[in-house]
Amino acid sequence: MLRYIYGNALNHFPTLRETMFQDRAEQFSRRLGWEVNVNEDGEERDQYDVLNPLYVIWELEDGTHGGSMRFLPTVGRTMINEHFSHLMDGVKIESPLIWECTRFCISPRADRRAAAALVLGGGELMDNFKLEHFCGVFDPRMERIYRLYHVDPDVIGSAGEGKDRIGVGLWEMKPDAWAPTLGRLGIDRNTSLSWFNRSFNRPEPKPIELAAIA
Amino acid sequence: MEEKLEALCEFLQEAADVSHLQAATEQLRNHYQIAHIVYHWVNSAGERFGAGTYSQLWVDRYVEKDYLRMDPVILGCLQRFNPVDWKELDWSSRAARSFLREAIDYGVGNQGLSIPIRGPAGQFALFTASHNCDDDVWAAFVDLNMRDLIIIAHEFNRKALEFEQGGDSAPSPSLSPRELAAMTYLAKGLSRAQAAQEMEISEHTLRVYIEAARHKLGALNTTHAVARALSRGLIVV
Repeated sequence: MLRYIYGNALNHFPTLRETMFQDRAEQFSRRLGWEVNVNEDGEERDQYDVLNPLYVIWELEDGTHGGSMRFLPTVGRTMINEHFSHLMDGVKIESPLIWECTRFCISPRADRRAAAALVLGGGELMDNFKLEHFCGVFDPRMERIYRLYHVDPDVIGSAGEGKDRIGVGLWEMKPDAWAPTLGRLGIDRNTSLSWFNRSFNRPEPKPIELAAIA
Repeated sequence: MEEKLEALCEFLQEAADVSHLQAATEQLRNHYQIAHIVYHWVNSAGERFGAGTYSQLWVDRYVEKDYLRMDPVILGCLQRFNPVDWKELDWSSRAARSFLREAIDYGVGNQGLSIPIRGPAGQFALFTASHNCDDDVWAAFVDLNMRDLIIIAHEFNRKALEFEQGGDSAPSPSLSPRELAAMTYLAKGLSRAQAAQEMEISEHTLRVYIEAARHKLGALNTTHAVARALSRGLIVV
């Protein structure tokens, strides 16, 4: 299932938290070779993890991390405005309707549903909080994943070559991306919304009472 | 409707002191025909500042009882940045429930939407719309107006930060060359597709440049942003 968890609430999910930061070390440090810090517990954390970001996490059946990404509002501190604006023609992306999405990570334990789940999670954030865009940092694999799910990533600037290429860009959940994404996960929109509502403590919509129909 | 809201945004931008922010909350409340609009700022030193339409009786009561320390809306929103419907908050304690009953008695309303704002250096502000109605009516109001309320919330905060810094008036927003180009093409009547083609960027990227410019200009939508860029002399057609 998908969980939406703010940084300050991660301690309620110790297994998910530990395996997420370990999987990030595996992906960003070992596999992609990015210069990120890995602590003695084998966890990758950076200066944006302490800003209480919102994590969207795909939880596997054994309770461990299957994939995740991290969101921050662009009216506050963001990685792309602080480190990548030179790749963006000097434009600083700042708007309450745009959130930054970084650290898109897929666990080696996860199957193909993980990527679809994360795209879906982004879509739910957009739809429920009236967001218009996400901006972020992409590696080539992420770009392929986004294309696969019709969210059409738009790379504005990039640095490096080949598999080391890091792109800065945008994505959004378009209306025609919902069906293939839900299809890949094998769930319907109501299931997705029930995960969302559960994380945000939203009351479930009342089921129609049979007595009212009869 | 939309024009009135644009005029309200401009009134807010011209605000010279807190009394104008106060007037802006009253105008907004009347515009939306709801019970209340409140902008509430708590800075890192714990000092409060605000403007809103709650009754003086409720404000006095709130201060007297030091409800800031336990208000589930404040505590619940402090660590988030997504808009929060009051029903999503933790009302499980007896103290929280009695606070809510009292707030409703004082006319705050039985429904609320609060938009948390993260400002620089630990600044935290909350913008709230509240009303008396049933859940379905409220859900429809929120769905229809959340986007504009998010924008307006950030306009209040921009003004409050400006007052905090003691500036007499906000410096004119400066648009980056890409943002200026995007606004100029739109002002000349080009469609977004045509403007994107001229700038040799995708339409999606163009929309983000427009959105960044809209935010800087404190406008509600693209048309409003173009009008403001023209009236401020930032672009010439």
